[in-house]
Amino acid sequence: MNETAGVAIVAEARPAAGAARRRLSFRAVFGLTVLLCMGGAALLAPQIAPWDPGRQMLLKRLRPPMWEARGLREHPLGTDHLGRDILSRILYGGRISLGVGLSAVTLSCLIGVTLGLLAGFHGGRTDAFIMRVVDVFLAIPYILLAMGVVFALGPSLLNVILVMAVTRWVQFARIVRADVLSIREREFVSGARARGSRSARLLLRHVLPNALTPIIVVATLELAFMIIYESALSFLGLGVQPPTPTWGWMLSDGRNYVATAWWLATFPGLAIMLTVLAVNLLGDWLRDTLDPRLKV
Amino acid sequence: MVAYVLRRLVQSVVVLLGVSVIVFGLLHLTGDPTRLLLPLEAREEDVRQLRALLGLDDPLWIQYLRFLARAVRGDFGVSFKHQVPALTLIFQTLPATLELTGAGLALALVVAVPAGIVAALRRNSLIDAVCSVGVLLGQAMPVYWLGLLLILVFAVKLGWLPAAGRDGPASLVLPAVALGAFSMARIARMARSGMLEVLAQDYVRTARAAGVRAFVVTYKYALKNAAIPLVTIVGLEFGVLLGGAVITETIFAWPGVGRLAVDAIFSRDYPLVQAIVAMLATLFVLINLAMDLLYTYLDPRIVFVRSRL
Repeated sequence: MNETAGVAIVAEARPAAGAARRRLSFRAVFGLTVLLCMGGAALLAPQIAPWDPGRQMLLKRLRPPMWEARGLREHPLGTDHLGRDILSRILYGGRISLGVGLSAVTLSCLIGVTLGLLAGFHGGRTDAFIMRVVDVFLAIPYILLAMGVVFALGPSLLNVILVMAVTRWVQFARIVRADVLSIREREFVSGARARGSRSARLLLRHVLPNALTPIIVVATLELAFMIIYESALSFLGLGVQPPTPTWGWMLSDGRNYVATAWWLATFPGLAIMLTVLAVNLLGDWLRDTLDPRLKV
Repeated sequence: MVAYVLRRLVQSVVVLLGVSVIVFGLLHLTGDPTRLLLPLEAREEDVRQLRALLGLDDPLWIQYLRFLARAVRGDFGVSFKHQVPALTLIFQTLPATLELTGAGLALALVVAVPAGIVAALRRNSLIDAVCSVGVLLGQAMPVYWLGLLLILVFAVKLGWLPAAGRDGPASLVLPAVALGAFSMARIARMARSGMLEVLAQDYVRTARAAGVRAFVVTYKYALKNAAIPLVTIVGLEFGVLLGGAVITETIFAWPGVGRLAVDAIFSRDYPLVQAIVAMLATLFVLINLAMDLLYTYLDPRIVFVRSRL
């Protein structure tokens, strides 16, 4: 969270055209506000959630939100089929969604950036090999691969994060490689090479910092994707396992009550959509501000 | 040109070999495939028998070669659950999936391309704003949630369309909309930015200055050039749609490959899982190969650019 905020401040300091900038800023402010609220709510879930998310109160099952006729004031968003408080579950679910999303993006970024740097910088056979691996991962339907792997290894928190990262690193690898291809031809790189810098130093000190902009933008947009991805796995029954509440699980529970209790599926879906929307807005704004020519 | 086509062909074969390694590896993830293939309570005797039957005591690379030799002939073994060759099951369900993804993609293109173009032509107008909001929402709505909302509104509340199953054109509407929404948003966005980029080109300005009618400039000069990048997007988008179909088919009980796959994973039907992953990946590779070749035909410059990359 802090990292994103830091980037935003740095970026804002750069000059931009008047009218366009104001409009973009609105997007950024909106995105950042929603994201901070979601993140804060998730972090403080134990303090602010009105109920224990796992507590079942069978006498109060399937109560609608409080503004409906049978709604109860103590359950603002209603209760689910086991009488658990939906608001509390959404707050706790945010911890999984955001936590898993951030971890998966970080990991896939590390893998993808490393391989992208190697491919772009060394070229030749290394590049050809890495790019074919990228093609393989693009070709395989990632959700099926993820499901197969998670099912085989068992759906633990760590396995879910690993699988998500391993199926998505190609996004980073492609963009970093493309960028490095042009950076390595620039004078400051040949200069550093002429001074006798070793490859590793060259990559980390000169190439990587210049490829940072697209990495930041892709990371933001990938976070949005990962949140959807995680809840899709949960929805299909292969995410983090109950009783830990996740948005995807809540949706999948709600699926059986679509006809009778709309609030079960609606609110967790709304939470996913708002979060993803906020992250996407932030990512769009970052791209437009940092590098408008970037195509991601 | 010929060299480029040949190289793309070789690349596709290499990628398919890579896919086969991963598909093969899927079964060996836990080290001992019998753990995945047999129920947990299987007797020691059965485990040993299966090991012998599948040749699991041979070195891994021999097992892989054997797997590959059978896979290229389309033989992925017999589905445990259905007791028929895995490929037969795929060919039974593939039409339903292609129908769904095709409808989703067609819907996305039909709505998104005109919307993106109009948004670009009337930049910063109300239409542009409405499109942007639509794009943002479309990209933020997970397909499983959109699917549930569609069922809630159009099947449960209004009763206009069936909520599940594959029974006539009416049953295709909701799944196609749910599946196509995400692609629709992405394509509209690409169409808009592509069109804006082309409209800013010198030749468009020159044509306008030379007094060519606005209609001709927009639809003859600009649109043609803006459409080229969309061709590659459509190929890649097809992969996204195939992935999305897994979830869409589960929600709408659509009898396609995606639902078959989910079902196969949960019933430990690994030969079937392997076959489906391999077939979908092959389909993706072939479609993208076709799209790339079409692309070089539309824009011959790309051969030179790509051969340097």
